[in-house]
Amino acid sequence: MPKPLSLHVPEPEVRPGGVPDFSGVHISPAGEVGRPPVDVDPREIRDMAFSIIRVLNREGEAVGPWAGSLSDDQLTEGLRHMMLLRALDARMIIAQRQGKTSFYIQHLGEEAVSTAFRKVLNKGDMNFATYRQAGLLIADDYPLETMINQIYANSEDPLKGRQLPTLYSVREQGFFTLSGNLATQFPQAVGWAMASAIKGETNIAAGWIGDGSTAESDFHAGLVFASTFKAPVVLNVVNNQWAISTFQGIARGGVGTFAARGLGYGMPSLRVDGNDYLAVHAVGLWAAERARRNLGPTLIEYVTYRAGAHSTSDDPSAYRPKEESAAWPLGDPVIRLKAHLIVKGVWSEDRHAQLEAEMLDTVVTAQKAAESHGTLHSDNRPSVRDMFEGVYAEMPPHLRRQRQETGV
Amino acid sequence: MARMTMIQAIRDGMDVAMGRDNSVVVYGEDVGYFGGVFRATQGLQEKYGKSRCFDAPISESGIVGTAIGMAANGMRPCVEIQFADYMYPAYDQITQEAARIRYRSNADFTCPIVIRMPTGGGIFGGQTHSQSPEALFTHVAGLKVVVPSNPYDAKGLLIAAIEDPDPVIFLEPKRLYNGPFDGHYERPVTGWGKHPDGEVPEGHFTVPLGQAKIKREGRDVTVLAYGTMVHVALAAAEDTGIDAEVIDLRTLLPYDLDAITASVKKTGRCVIVHEATLTSGFGAELAALVAEHCFYSLEAPIRRVAGWDTPYPHAQEWDYFPGPARVGAALTQTMEA
Repeated sequence: MPKPLSLHVPEPEVRPGGVPDFSGVHISPAGEVGRPPVDVDPREIRDMAFSIIRVLNREGEAVGPWAGSLSDDQLTEGLRHMMLLRALDARMIIAQRQGKTSFYIQHLGEEAVSTAFRKVLNKGDMNFATYRQAGLLIADDYPLETMINQIYANSEDPLKGRQLPTLYSVREQGFFTLSGNLATQFPQAVGWAMASAIKGETNIAAGWIGDGSTAESDFHAGLVFASTFKAPVVLNVVNNQWAISTFQGIARGGVGTFAARGLGYGMPSLRVDGNDYLAVHAVGLWAAERARRNLGPTLIEYVTYRAGAHSTSDDPSAYRPKEESAAWPLGDPVIRLKAHLIVKGVWSEDRHAQLEAEMLDTVVTAQKAAESHGTLHSDNRPSVRDMFEGVYAEMPPHLRRQRQETGV
Repeated sequence: MARMTMIQAIRDGMDVAMGRDNSVVVYGEDVGYFGGVFRATQGLQEKYGKSRCFDAPISESGIVGTAIGMAANGMRPCVEIQFADYMYPAYDQITQEAARIRYRSNADFTCPIVIRMPTGGGIFGGQTHSQSPEALFTHVAGLKVVVPSNPYDAKGLLIAAIEDPDPVIFLEPKRLYNGPFDGHYERPVTGWGKHPDGEVPEGHFTVPLGQAKIKREGRDVTVLAYGTMVHVALAAAEDTGIDAEVIDLRTLLPYDLDAITASVKKTGRCVIVHEATLTSGFGAELAALVAEHCFYSLEAPIRRVAGWDTPYPHAQEWDYFPGPARVGAALTQTMEA
């Protein structure tokens, strides 16, 4: 008799109560991974789907072929953006607990990914993001007050109270309306990029997805269209290790890395240290240039760690050790960039503390301004009339009858 | 005016739209070089080039997902799902994305796309080439749903759909592509050649969305139908000699309530016909509307004739299909009530 079959169900290394262990995560030394020309044949760089491009070393120095894409001023600005995003998140989590909004999604530990990537895009490029890339807006100087108005669903909410908090839409600043669905934006990004190519324009798109959502069929639909039509798009997988309570191994399966999914589609597939502002920028720039030169799509996996909860609706200590985030071998993006700037002699502990206070002050000021327009449960929220508007360009008769039923 | 089959009229509609507006692109499975399995896009790639009419990978969510992205970038994609039965992988993109882009972004982005799909049975297509999923779309806020019944309407409605600022589901009854099928499957096939609705204007014209059309005036009973069933209802009126008023809804969402209520208030009787399965079908919505708006004019219970609540069978196609005999029986029973 043959042995009975058994089902393999992957498990993370450690669960609550255990000692965090990332010894299985292979980290390439900073500066080790080469920088190929942007017109490289993707077949020649298949190994880059398994290494990690890193610029900042343990001493805080920028090393290797991917270093040097940013000036000191740009780096200081990057630090500012990450810290502003972190300060906003901290205040909004408190606001949610105070009942000023129903829900919030924070970025703790992942601030470098979206803030640095924003800097490789041009005016007119379009992001199809997830809810954990608000740094795209922060790094493009989108007004904080407007963001908070949306989070509070108050009378100045640009989305009229129709969307969950943090699901922004800012066409003017290259930020496609967020869905709250998972993975749907991936083929949409590819379609936007295809249209740019059909029209003979020069703008490119960026698609975003989390490690868990790469299991969705839309991830693969996006990859096949991007690959077939060589769409001018950068496809970003943010691997923050956790999909709510599910560790990344459940979505990844036996493939080794998320970047490796791109190899079967014949596209350059790179992995980058997502907590290294300099590396994220350099790799994003490389991929964006490929897209602009009509060389086709690039898949990038950002290796990072979701240091906070998934949202205000879950408690990570129920599914992973509390100490795990401190043990994450790629550290914290703010601390690492700060250390780098100090090593370069353009930053200091004092200036950092000063900036931290300034960022908190900036957020509090914007928050107060937003609160003057109301919060979720106050009286000056968007109207019932707003609920009926905008389903279609022109309100059809059946909807008009329903609106009349409500007396507005 | 020109003589056209419905498939020619649909092709001509896309041709006219593509000729007038560079932002109209057409793609789907087998749509490019070959011109589509029903030949709806034949010649378009040759005429407008590969970047405006092309083959798509077999990925319905990819086809609709990319169309949404293209629309966000200023284009007007008119994509084909090869059979309506294949649309389910795209259902998420259609219902939660396309339908809500305008609403959720407060018109920061919009989604002017058309999703064409051959629908209905009558060609021995079995369960995966015969379905009529219109009710799965009429239940979705933000979509428009169109079902033409003849070449004239098909072209005019398709151009209107492509020019519409919102997403339109365009369901093409495939049994009507080459002739006005009235359900008498045992009789010789007739084409569109002599049918008055086979006369189609050349060039640009539109049939406005949201407007029904009376296909046969009558005093005794109102028949609400769309697509293939319009022809079946007309045959049933002819066969029974009942003076039925047959209304072709043409657009299911937004529906033309004024046309429906005016007719039922006049006749006092209502039979609703569709090919899709009965339970929770669009006929249920129509019956509710008639009951809500015409109750005091009704002299008989509203009747529905629809596909049975089974998957669409293969060998038993004509036992499943709500043909003129079943519709005629419903008309007779409604008159006798």
